[in-house]
Parts: sequence; structure tokens; C-alpha cells
Amino acid sequence: MSDMDEMDDGSGIVKKFMFLNRKAPHGTVYALEGLEVVLITAAFDQDVSMVFTDDGVYQLMKGIDTKGIEVKDFSKTYRALEGYDIEKLYVDQVSLDARGLTEDDLIVDVTVLSNDEMANLMAEQDVVISF
Amino acid sequence: MPMVNIAGKEVEVDEEGYLVDLSQWNEDIAKYMAVEEKVDLTDSHWEVVNFLREYYAEYQIAPAVRVLTKAIGKKLGPEKGNNKYLYELFPYGPAKQACKIAGLPKPTGCI
Repeated sequence: MSDMDEMDDGSGIVKKFMFLNRKAPHGTVYALEGLEVVLITAAFDQDVSMVFTDDGVYQLMKGIDTKGIEVKDFSKTYRALEGYDIEKLYVDQVSLDARGLTEDDLIVDVTVLSNDEMANLMAEQDVVISF
Repeated sequence: MPMVNIAGKEVEVDEEGYLVDLSQWNEDIAKYMAVEEKVDLTDSHWEVVNFLREYYAEYQIAPAVRVLTKAIGKKLGPEKGNNKYLYELFPYGPAKQACKIAGLPKPTGCI
């Protein structure tokens, strides 16, 4: 449990943080580490958005089964984000198309953006962190 | 990592006493963890512990205390979904202590 939950540093500055997820869920530790960083960031009441692009869109796929590779399936954890007040989830249309996926294949509700929309969203951010 | 003997079974715990293998959890382990945490388990405690186990089964994480409080309020009512109630049950932190008793890892976002 975090004592930070109860603490108010009085500054009240809210920055726009974007977490950019580019890699497949397993095989590297990036996806899981990125998710954990987002869950921790949620304690600081910042304006957080998550973007899934390139192979990162596979992180949100329904029906992931990790038994064969003997690692934890954390895909269900993306469903917990709402409870952490992280509701801005974006997916890149081109990345979905390139992999033959649609919104219906994803485990959470997302907003699908075109390249131009994604570029604008990125331009608005104070901080972009890539995993 | 350290091994402890709980009700005749050897179980592995981490440096802070959290159960390593979630699937080993049973009520004896919960009671052992509760004694370690100096918590006297009542039905109200069990309600939170069972809630946490369900939350973990659904989301594969132990919730941060803020999230736990909100989710308990939704499921069990506002008289239980508040810090005062949960800290009375688990004085050293509801997420931390209740998670340990429930056999879950330490909550993500625990600093």
C-alpha cells in the first residue's frame, strides 16, 4: 500500500503523461513493466493516457493463453485500469489493420486513432514514455 | 527464499513474509499470516480477504489501497468502502496486511 495515496504535496500540478506500448506482451519484460509503471503513476493523480501501437496492440488481445510459455498472463490486468481511473486507452488503426485485428479482438474498450490523430495526441503531451 | 512450516506443510514466503505460490493458499495459511500481522480474524476480516482473492482472480493484481477502498464500497456498501473501516480491521494498512493474509503479492504501487 502506498502512503502517497494519502499525501498531498500541495503543488497540484497535473501533467499529461503518455505511456507508449510498442512491444508484444511476452518475450521481453517491457509490456509488464510498462503496465506496472502506469499502475504506480495512477497514485499521483496525473493525466495519464496509454497508447498501443505496432506489436503493442497484441498486449490487449482477448484469449491470451500463457500456459505453454509458463509466464503470468497479465492481460486481465488491463481491465483493472478503469478502477485506477486510467480510462484513456488509444490504439493505432494502422497497427490493428496490419495484424488483421479489430476493436472486437481487444480485452478493453479503446479509442482507435488514425496516424494524424495519434500525432496530435502525442504533440499535446508533457511527457511521453516508451516501452 | 525462506520456508515456513504452516500446519504441517512447508510453504515458501518472500523476505517480507508474503506467500510466494498463490495456489498453495488455504485457511491455515491465512490464519498463520494473521497471527504474524497481529490481526484477530473476524467475519469482517474474512469478507475483505475473500474480496481481495476475487479481485486477484479477476485482474491478476493486488489493488492499491485507494482502488481497494473504492471497489469494496461498490460491492459491500459505503459503510465498508472507506479508510476508517478498513484501517480499523487492518491497522497497518488494509492493502498490505489483507493481501498478505489472502496470500497475494504485495500490491502494485506500494512504495
